[in-house]
Amino acid sequence: MSIKIQELTHTYNPGSPFETHALKNINLTIEPGEFIGLIGHTGSGKSTLIQHLNGLLKPTSGSIWIDGTDITKPGIKLKDIRKKVGLVFQYPEYQLFEETVAKDIAFGPANLNLDEQEIQKRVKEAMEMVKLPYEGLKDRSPFDLSGGQRRRVAIAGVLAMKPDILILDEPTASLDPRGRDEILDQIKTLHRQQQLTVILVSHSMEDIGRLVDRIIVMHQGTVALTGSPRTIFQQAEMLEEIGLGVPQITHLMKSMNQRGCALPEDVFTVEEAKEVILSYLRGSQHA
Amino acid sequence: MLKDITIGQHYPTGSLIHRLDPRTKIIGTFVFMAGLFMIRDFKAYLVVMALLLMVITGSKVPLRYVLKGLRPLMVLIMVTFFINLFMTRGTVFFQLGPVNMTWEGLRQGVFMALRLIFLIMGTSMLTLTTSPITLTDGIEHLLNPLKRVGVPAHELAMMMTIALRFIPTLLEETDKIMKAQMARGADFESGNLIHRAQSLVPLLVPLFISSFRRADDLAMAMEARCYRGGENRTRMKALKWQQADAAGLVLMSAFMGIMLWLRWY
Repeated sequence: MSIKIQELTHTYNPGSPFETHALKNINLTIEPGEFIGLIGHTGSGKSTLIQHLNGLLKPTSGSIWIDGTDITKPGIKLKDIRKKVGLVFQYPEYQLFEETVAKDIAFGPANLNLDEQEIQKRVKEAMEMVKLPYEGLKDRSPFDLSGGQRRRVAIAGVLAMKPDILILDEPTASLDPRGRDEILDQIKTLHRQQQLTVILVSHSMEDIGRLVDRIIVMHQGTVALTGSPRTIFQQAEMLEEIGLGVPQITHLMKSMNQRGCALPEDVFTVEEAKEVILSYLRGSQHA
Repeated sequence: MLKDITIGQHYPTGSLIHRLDPRTKIIGTFVFMAGLFMIRDFKAYLVVMALLLMVITGSKVPLRYVLKGLRPLMVLIMVTFFINLFMTRGTVFFQLGPVNMTWEGLRQGVFMALRLIFLIMGTSMLTLTTSPITLTDGIEHLLNPLKRVGVPAHELAMMMTIALRFIPTLLEETDKIMKAQMARGADFESGNLIHRAQSLVPLLVPLFISSFRRADDLAMAMEARCYRGGENRTRMKALKWQQADAAGLVLMSAFMGIMLWLRWY
C-alpha cells in the first residue's frame, strides 16, 4: 500500500494572529512495505503530517494518495481510509475507556461493523502481536495495568483493525528501557511478518538508526532530508544545526577518529560498534 | 468547530486599550452596559456606535473578528427580533393567519436586536483586549473591599484563573482524544440522538480521568510551592493606575452623562 503526498500545505488558524504554517509544500512517496523513520524537532510538523495520512486533518492545499485513491477529495469514505491506515498517537494509553481490556481493543473492529466472532478473533490476535497474555488480561480493567501494558493495549486496539499502514507517534515515550525495547522489537516483527508499511516518529536516533529503512527529516514544515540512515547520519553537522543529532555511538566513532583512530563512521548500533572496534584493534596489533 | 468561538478569547495586539488597567476596563464595561440599558430611542445608538468604533479602532482588533463573535449568538438575536416583531400590538402591516406584524413590533424588534448586538460587542471587547489572568487580577482587586463581609475574593479569583487557564488545555485534550478515537473508526457526527450520546462515552471517560489526574497534579504542585491562599501574597505584575486609565474613566463618565441626558431631555 503506497502513500503519495503532493504539494501538501497546512495552515492552522488562517487569517488570525495565531496563524501558523505547519506544513509547506510537502512532496513525498512512501513505497509499500517500507519502514520509515520520521524525525524532526518539536514543532517541525511531524504530527501534523501524520494526521493528514488518515484524514484526521484536511490539507489547506495539495493532495494525498493512499493506494491510488486521493483521500482529500470530497465524498471519500474516511472509515475506509482509517481501516487501511492505523494511527497510534503519542501516549495512546490516555484514550482507553472500556471496562475490560478485550472490550477496549474490540472498539476499533466493532466500528468496522465486523461480526462478533471475527472481532473476538482479532482481539486475541492483536493481544498476541503485542505479547499480552490473552487469557490472563482480557477481563481485567485497563486502568489496573502498568503503564507499559496499557500502552500495549492501546497499540493492540489499532492493530486489531488490521491496517496495511501503521503510523506510530513516539510509541516509546516515557517507557523504561525494557518496555521500550520490547515494543520496538514487536513493531519490527510486525513489519517483517505482515509486510506492514510502518512510519515511526521518534526522537531517539538510536532506535531510528537500528530499525528503519529510510529516514525523513522534517524541519520547519518542510522535508529537509530523506535517505537511508547511512546517508542521513553522515550529515551530522546539518542535523545538529536543526536541533537533531546522530546516534551516540556514531558520535563516539567520530570523536575517536578525531583522536587519531581510523574507524568507519556509519555505525549506529552498539553491536556494530563492538565488531568494528574489535577488528580495528586486531588490525592495529598485527601492524 | 470549537475554534470558531471567539467570545471570551484574548486577541493580543499590545495596543493602548490592551495596556489599560483591567479595573478600568471592567468598570468601563459595566458603565457601557448600564448606559446601553438606559437607551429609549435610536438616536442614542449613534453615540454607542461611535464609542464602540473608537474602542475597536483603538484596540487594533479587526472589526471582522469582533463581528465573528456575534455568530454563535445569532439565534438568540433572531429569536429576540421575531418575538418582538410578532408580539407587539399596534398598526398591522402584514397578516398571515394568526400571525401579525406591526410597525411598532418592527421598531421594537430592531431596537432590541441592536441592543443585544452592541451588548455582545461591547463586552467581548473586554475579553478580547484583556488576558484572562489580568482580568481575574482586576476582579480580585475590585472585590477586595467585600472581603470584610466575608466574600472569599482571592479564592474566587484563583478558581476563575485556574478554570480559564485550563479551557484551552481541555479543548486540546478533547481534540486529541477525539482524533485518537476517530483513528479507531469512531464516528461522532452521524446517527440519531441516542446513538450520538453513546458515541460520546469513548470521549468523556478518558477526558474525565485526565481532568481528575490534572487537578490532582496541580493541587500537589501548588502545595509543593507552599500555596496557602491569598494572605500576604505579592504579585509579579502589580496593577498600576496610569494617566490613560484616568482618561478612560473620564471618557466613560462622559458617555454615561450623554446617555442620562438623552434619556431625560
